[in-house]
Amino acid sequence: MNNSLKQHLIKSLQKNIRYDGRKIDEFRDIKIETGVSHGAEGSARVKIGETEVLAGVKMAIEKPYPDTPEKGNLMVNAELLALSSPEFEPGPPGAKAIEIARVVDRGIRESKAIDFEKLCIEKGEKVWSVMIDVCTINDAGNLLDAAALAAITAIKNTKFPAVKDDVVDYKNKTAKGLPLSRWPITVTVYKIGDCFIVDPLSEEEDAYDARLIAAIADDNNVCAMQKGGVEPLSIEEIGKMLDIIQKIAPKLRKKL
Amino acid sequence: MVDKMLIKDKEIVVPGDKIASGMGFLPGRGTFRKNSDILAEKLGILNVDGNVMKIVSLSGVYLPKVNDRVIAKVIDVLMSGWRFDLNSAYSAVLSMKEATSEFIQKGADLTKYFQINDIVVCKITNVTSQKLIDVTMSGPGLRKLRGGRLIKVNTNKVPRIIGKEGSMVSMIKNATGCNIIVGQNGLVWIDGEPDKEVITVKAVKMVESEAHTAGLTDKVAAFLEKETGVKTAKVNKK
Repeated sequence: MNNSLKQHLIKSLQKNIRYDGRKIDEFRDIKIETGVSHGAEGSARVKIGETEVLAGVKMAIEKPYPDTPEKGNLMVNAELLALSSPEFEPGPPGAKAIEIARVVDRGIRESKAIDFEKLCIEKGEKVWSVMIDVCTINDAGNLLDAAALAAITAIKNTKFPAVKDDVVDYKNKTAKGLPLSRWPITVTVYKIGDCFIVDPLSEEEDAYDARLIAAIADDNNVCAMQKGGVEPLSIEEIGKMLDIIQKIAPKLRKKL
Repeated sequence: MVDKMLIKDKEIVVPGDKIASGMGFLPGRGTFRKNSDILAEKLGILNVDGNVMKIVSLSGVYLPKVNDRVIAKVIDVLMSGWRFDLNSAYSAVLSMKEATSEFIQKGADLTKYFQINDIVVCKITNVTSQKLIDVTMSGPGLRKLRGGRLIKVNTNKVPRIIGKEGSMVSMIKNATGCNIIVGQNGLVWIDGEPDKEVITVKAVKMVESEAHTAGLTDKVAAFLEKETGVKTAKVNKK
């Protein structure tokens, strides 16, 4: 986006009007469906406006990592499918896909959403692995928040598969869900000019100066944070952005 | 063999549909001849013009045509011109001569005139069989666009958005006070007050999604009146 288009966008944001008519701190409509995939142990489809993301959870019995012999494993992978935006190409994941996967992973890990010790079957030998795959179906802005919301909804929807003689029977699910204790909500605030916005459109994502992603735990405290974008942020600005995030997060939590 | 129409005028055809058989018919845009039959090449509405079969497509990407006024983005500065993205599979070149009437010194900095990411309205002057495209900036209304915002629409609906002799677009302009430029390549540039721009975008999207329906002008007029509170004076049709 060139500078004159960006200045026009900022002028509109200063009047508290987004390009689709929303206010600057307003989310688009969020729709959540669960259990959309029969092959996965848990799945969810999240739509934020026209943005659409799918998340699926697979469970497997694996050897634990040597440094955490009593804990289950968590793996998050994100794929930006080429069908979701003209900008995305097929092939190995790029910086944007890796960032989404890492932010989602960190939000779940640092909020201690899953009680990993309860995923241990035999110390040092056998633990449950939780693998979350996030696929984008359509990118109309704000893939990050949509991906995080889809991932947390999918693990909430997850049921352990049946196990017979140490072999996982993926055809049959048990009624037992994952040992979950907290629900992290990830919200990103974008800074464009001197305006702070949430839930950006694609145009706004093209024009942002800086952004702050924060995962918020149940008690509305921040449990993970990441800064992005080329411009620096001052301490006051980060404070302001976190205030916005803490105001938005409870609203998103209600959608879970 | 007797010439015979197999599909009626204004009906929807899909690729491979046999439209007519017999050498008395001629294939036009979107159709081709196989033996003595005329077959459809793409999805669209059949338009019979005398004995020529044409298809008006319902969707698809923009294919550059000579004399189209398009909205383009500068994607490269060349040795003696600029390369434009036309929202199409093919890019266009603007030569120095077509860019300005000023004299440009040898080795001058061309970014003084157009920079990468600038948005311009230009006209296509030539399209070769290999889809090499020339554009010009000389002509009424052809200029660099400053400010405003761009939206993308289906290029096949552009004639409907413009309306008969520009009636639809001028109605939206009058109601919202926004400046609107519709490029044949499916890019629409809008500049006005933020709240009015939102209404404009909604109106344009409404025309785009309901392009095939009858009485669209009245529907859009009612929508604009409701949103802006301004009674839309009907643009006189000739």
